[in-house]
Amino acid sequence: MWALFKARNYEFFRDRAGFGWNILFPFLIVAGFGVIFSSDSGSDYKLGVFPVKENKMVLQDLHLPDKLKIYKHIKIVPFKTRDEALDKLSHHKIDILLENAGPELKYWVNDSNPKGYILEKVVKESIIPEESFAAKVIRQEIKGDQIRYIDWLFPGILGMNIMFSALFGVGYVIVRYRRIGVLKRLKATPVTAFEYLTAQLVSRVLIMLLSSSVVWFGCNFLFSFRMHGSYLDILVVFFSGILCLVSLGLVLACRGTNEELTNGIINFISWPMMFLSEVWFSIEGASDFVKHAAKILPLTHFLSAARKIINDGATLSDVSSEVTILLLMSFVFLFIGSVLFSWTK
Amino acid sequence: MIEVQNLEKKYNGHRAVDRISLSIARGSCFGLLGPNGAGKTTTVEMMENIIPQDSGVILYKGGERDRTFNQEIGIQFQHTELLAFLTVEETLKTFAAFYHKHLPVEEVLAMCMLDNIRKNMNHKISGGQRQRLLLGLALLNDPELLFLDEPSTGLDPQARKHIWEIILDINKKGKTIILTTHYMEEAESLCDTIAIMDKGRIIEQGSPESLIEKHCKADGSPKNLESVFLKLTGKNLRE
Repeated sequence: MWALFKARNYEFFRDRAGFGWNILFPFLIVAGFGVIFSSDSGSDYKLGVFPVKENKMVLQDLHLPDKLKIYKHIKIVPFKTRDEALDKLSHHKIDILLENAGPELKYWVNDSNPKGYILEKVVKESIIPEESFAAKVIRQEIKGDQIRYIDWLFPGILGMNIMFSALFGVGYVIVRYRRIGVLKRLKATPVTAFEYLTAQLVSRVLIMLLSSSVVWFGCNFLFSFRMHGSYLDILVVFFSGILCLVSLGLVLACRGTNEELTNGIINFISWPMMFLSEVWFSIEGASDFVKHAAKILPLTHFLSAARKIINDGATLSDVSSEVTILLLMSFVFLFIGSVLFSWTK
Repeated sequence: MIEVQNLEKKYNGHRAVDRISLSIARGSCFGLLGPNGAGKTTTVEMMENIIPQDSGVILYKGGERDRTFNQEIGIQFQHTELLAFLTVEETLKTFAAFYHKHLPVEEVLAMCMLDNIRKNMNHKISGGQRQRLLLGLALLNDPELLFLDEPSTGLDPQARKHIWEIILDINKKGKTIILTTHYMEEAESLCDTIAIMDKGRIIEQGSPESLIEKHCKADGSPKNLESVFLKLTGKNLRE
């Protein structure tokens, strides 16, 4: 088993393209998001204005309510002609379109754009004087550390990288080994399926813990993430999550010699996980069915536990339910994978 | 050493191996010949315990094959890849670790003339070097029973000659060898017993000399194994 473990590690570290990509990919994603969210290009709402004749728009010269010119998270996009602007509106490139003419506020919206609906309310509100409702509303701000999107996103990116690395690095690779006869060659030796699968599992779990640590500290150096929990607790969560996803990879790899089919199955499993397990965005507002469906996915529990520790400072006992589910899932996946495993079929 | 009785294997209703029986004595070099699709590889892979038989019995040393079987046999497959990013030496060391007892890796490197490429990665060695490495892997545990599935296919004459010398040397040490090949000259030079298969059945069996004597005597055809083979399996293309 030790020999197989060593051999698998050599394979991983010497395949420089694959190894480099495993480390580089999450760096690039986090770096990309860091750039996007540190500049104003991340404005959530885009308000188009026409006609604006000058090449360089002067905000104060526009015939718009003053409030609209100072709102945060609204980017004003100028257009020379109405046709050009309407085309952008119909293609969701802007969320609302205002005419830059006179005291009357004339605007266009795209009914299929939810942001346009909200922005329409904002545009209407902008012509109401602040004093008319100021006494009726009470504004309060939350205190203490606020979680930046990049802090929330970071565990998701790591989890996504681990998921792809586990499913493709184990599932796809073993199917390829079966097709090209590597497994058949091993079957001709005294090595048992249990020894082979255990070596694969242990090698992959350790490699992914190591590569995730490298990505973690690299990204932390660049973006100064806020870690509110204990490093030991997050290590346990990552171990459980990686173990579970690698075990799922072993289930996918237990049979078959068709790499295209395996590729399709892995995509079929990984894409729903990517969206439903809240890698990129929360599904808080989704239907109960979607939320329940997300709970059968291991990545959901992994990311939930990781975010609770990283973002909220939870302890291991606070995430014990997630860790237990991950370990139980690992056990079930390992059992299925080893029972169904075939060297040659 | 190994005996098969009424061995049968079907693929999608097609009988690839049709109730064959064989008995291979300890220390012999047994050649299994046949045209493409005759069932040679299927037969050998059932004997190797790589694929299960549909029916029939395989006895090793007079009994069922148990967990020691894989410790005592060596196999060189016809088509197989190795872990791409291991060196030749590491590959041998990795496989050596699977066995309770094995030859020193240095000895196998020298025997298969792999010394000068020991540090080369598997994905960077030539076809002939790969074939020698595969043979080295099959010999690592100093097997009592060695299966060689077309061991010299794709090799140049020098490399083929070298492989033959290794096989003869192993056979002289009393090891049992089961060999499949398309090269009649190879079978004639190495094997003391030959079985010719066609359409899943063994159609003739004996020593090379007896087969030549029996089938090339009357009609004046060249006295070699190739004439015997063509006479028994026909001249039509297969597959």
